[in-house]
Amino acid sequence: MSQKQHYKITVNGKEEEFLAEPRELLIYTLRERLNVTGPHIGCETSHCGACTVTIDGKSVKSCTMFVAQADGKDITTIEGIGSPDALHPLQEAFKEHHGLQCGYCTPGMITRATKLLEENPTPTEEEIRFGMAGNICRCTGYQNIVKSIQAAAAEMNAAKEAAE
Amino acid sequence: MKDEVASRKERAENLKGMGCSRKRVEDARFTQGKGNYVDDLKLDGMLFGDFVRSPYAHARITRIDTAAALEVPGVLAVLTAKDLEPLGLHWMPTLAGDKQMVLADGKVLFQGQEVAFVVAEDRYAAADGIEAVEVEYEELPVLVDPFEALTSDVVLREDTVDANGNPVDGAHGPRKHHNHIFTWEAGDKDPTAEVLANAEVVAEETMYYHRTHPCPLETCGCVASMDKVNGKLTLWGTFQAPHAIRTVVSLISGIEEHNIRVISPDIGGGFGNKVGAYPGYVCSVVASIVTGKPVKWIEDRMDNLMTTAFARDYWMKGRISATKDGKITGLHCHVTADHGGFDACADPTKFPAGFMNICTGSYDIPTAYLQVDGAYTNKAPGGVSYRCSFRVTEAVYFIERMIEVLAIELNMDAAELRRINFIKKEQFPYQAALGWEYDSGDYHTAWEKALKAVDYDGLRAEQAQRVEDFKAGKTRKLMGVGLSFFTEIVGAGPVKNCDILGLGMFDSCEIRIHPTGSAIARLGTISQGQGHATTFAQILASEIGLPADSITIEEGDTDTAPYGLGTYGSRSTPVAGAATAMAGRKIRAKAQMIAAYLMEVHDDDVEFDVDRFVVKGAPEKFKTMKEIAFAAYNQAIPGIEPGLEAVSYYDPPNMTYPFGAYVCVMDIDVDTGVTDIRRFYALDDCGTRINPMIIEGQVHGGLTEALAVALGQEIAYDDMGNVKTGTLMDFFLPTAWEVPNYETDYTVTPSPHHPIGAKGVGESPHVGGVPCFSNAVHDAFRAFGLRHTNMPHDHWRIWKTANELGLHG
Repeated sequence: MSQKQHYKITVNGKEEEFLAEPRELLIYTLRERLNVTGPHIGCETSHCGACTVTIDGKSVKSCTMFVAQADGKDITTIEGIGSPDALHPLQEAFKEHHGLQCGYCTPGMITRATKLLEENPTPTEEEIRFGMAGNICRCTGYQNIVKSIQAAAAEMNAAKEAAE
Repeated sequence: MKDEVASRKERAENLKGMGCSRKRVEDARFTQGKGNYVDDLKLDGMLFGDFVRSPYAHARITRIDTAAALEVPGVLAVLTAKDLEPLGLHWMPTLAGDKQMVLADGKVLFQGQEVAFVVAEDRYAAADGIEAVEVEYEELPVLVDPFEALTSDVVLREDTVDANGNPVDGAHGPRKHHNHIFTWEAGDKDPTAEVLANAEVVAEETMYYHRTHPCPLETCGCVASMDKVNGKLTLWGTFQAPHAIRTVVSLISGIEEHNIRVISPDIGGGFGNKVGAYPGYVCSVVASIVTGKPVKWIEDRMDNLMTTAFARDYWMKGRISATKDGKITGLHCHVTADHGGFDACADPTKFPAGFMNICTGSYDIPTAYLQVDGAYTNKAPGGVSYRCSFRVTEAVYFIERMIEVLAIELNMDAAELRRINFIKKEQFPYQAALGWEYDSGDYHTAWEKALKAVDYDGLRAEQAQRVEDFKAGKTRKLMGVGLSFFTEIVGAGPVKNCDILGLGMFDSCEIRIHPTGSAIARLGTISQGQGHATTFAQILASEIGLPADSITIEEGDTDTAPYGLGTYGSRSTPVAGAATAMAGRKIRAKAQMIAAYLMEVHDDDVEFDVDRFVVKGAPEKFKTMKEIAFAAYNQAIPGIEPGLEAVSYYDPPNMTYPFGAYVCVMDIDVDTGVTDIRRFYALDDCGTRINPMIIEGQVHGGLTEALAVALGQEIAYDDMGNVKTGTLMDFFLPTAWEVPNYETDYTVTPSPHHPIGAKGVGESPHVGGVPCFSNAVHDAFRAFGLRHTNMPHDHWRIWKTANELGLHG
């Protein structure tokens, strides 16, 4: 055990201040301290991506980041993407195209996909497969995840065009 | 009449019943991060428990000192076998009739075995406590090879020998050796030997189906909460069989079953990993009783891969005989099964090697014999069915490899050899030589459809050209055409021959129709991603004529759901799906009487029509199911009780036998061993199709798990019993980058004994997929003399194969 330190992070637009041991992993800060249980724990070695969140605009696996490293950062989790009345196009697309089964990887998968489409709004199938390779799904075989992301990209691009 | 037909079609569509690709009702919460998995559960004062685990695979424990651990801030208790012994809980029964240490009782039998349980305020304090527990070990000789174990003087389990050191009987009969668990046989030994001795052609092969792991993305875990005021124990957990867990907990703890409530919340994938009972469950319950507080236990990934429920680890030796023109005459199979330190597989009691006796496959083999010998080793316990019915993946891999080897022996095309030997459509129901009665099938139709879809002859011509080009130095890539035709056996099962720990393997559904025409149905199964809340509502919609969108499906709470044996072995649709249809029909029967009363006609003068009962010959006179539901509760009807509810406990008369034809086209770089799956075609026949979208999703997922197992995934040990693949750094789970797009197709051969003709599909793609990927690798090297090489076919092993065949010049 080590001395508790003072940390301040922003999660889904809400500022949070608390005392924690620096060794606390961000995923536990989110899930156990702040009750943000959308991100999940699958491997503790950065391989599966179930814990994926967005930190200062980048996809991060929160199971291998200490809370100390997240101090002062702006964090978005699945809970900050879309709302029950206005789902994000990716959330709609995953439902529409059967892009999930047990749902355990889904929060990380969708969180990562939001960044992928920001980085590259018109990805090819190959680019989607490569860009999503940090997120493991044990149920779907990825085919419908790829389809969901393609559909969401088309939807988002059409909406953008309509707005312009 | 035309209008009537149109209206009937429209009414049927509005129900979203069987056959439509209804979108899943589960997805709203999952896509918004609002799933409710066991690790999401937070209770007041909840503690966290975690294990001190053995670093050794075989050792005597000479000392455990917990004093320092109890000084660690936040640590409340440390349990060892000594604490559990007075309660009789230091060992627990396994589902296979064996027993297993809950906490190490004097020795450890595998690396990672549970030695002590540290209970603390949170997981960090528990981890600190684990570091402070002192355990002294005295190393013992390690046996990781089952053949060595079966001849070694080293006694792994002291309960397997008497005072003189002679082996005593096990749960499944006499032991041949102190490290031997059971012998199990099926078929005719002597006649098979005779057929093989006199055969025109015999092919022999020994194959190792390596140890692997189901590895769902969510690990196993639970929260136990003993309410000492009311004497009630609530246990939330990742249970594929919540009712069975309740009964087992009651039997081993002595707490009456009505005082135990088991809840399976959302489960993040199971694949067989979450069927069994684990030490973590027992320790959490005891810790909650001791501390009076809720206790959570969640595995980390290493715990999961190293200790809970491995799959496979079968050494299979086969001999198959045929006439010169390829008609198979006999099959002999011997298996040496490595069960690890305890026999903790989850097979029906009478089947210690599961349904391995489906290993005659899809072929009309008149004479066959199977013998399985189980062995203890210093490896983790388990032997579960990883995305398959009990040992069916092993059986199908065995026969589909034997067919390929026989084709080589006969110098025959493997597709043609299958065609010659398929059980014919008119032979169903078919009595197989190893005991099963296959319910229905049309293998030739499926096979021809598959071969045509991929242009099989064209592929073979292309392959022949590729071999020529390779020999001429024009390419370094070979091409393999992998074939497999599988028959599964799922839906365990008839209570007369299927039970687990004496619990009959029926399943159940209870329906309550609400007065305004919506409903809730509860089942004895539990979804782990299969979409039960979506598909079971579809079955009911078609059966009772209320929209699927108005039917809530609930599973996993033993206080509310009817008793059932849970979800594994593709049993949900064959057993609970049947119960659902049967309960629905009971609702309909009562609704018919109510409708007749309301329309003032005789019961026999009304008939069911999609969503209503109509007067025969006068369809304009009708009562909708919605109207009938209201009347059932609110109108006094002479001779009929109020209410509209039904329950069905369904004991299936037979298993169901889904089948399918798969083709994989693969390119292999001879110099790197890298495989590229160019095409994968999967035709599945699961009988009546409930939701095509979900079926396709199951096929994609099952094939991907098959790809993993065939091409790289394994639980490997070194000679000291150290697990070499304990994290996702070493244990292969394919990413989107490694996985191809799959083409799906189907035929429909309904099960004749199932109420809606459905057979189950979740596991078929895994069962059929593994041999298909493996056969593709073998086929690529067939022209260069490869007969068999063991999985997993990772790049290194493929490179080695190419090297051994002299292809590196």
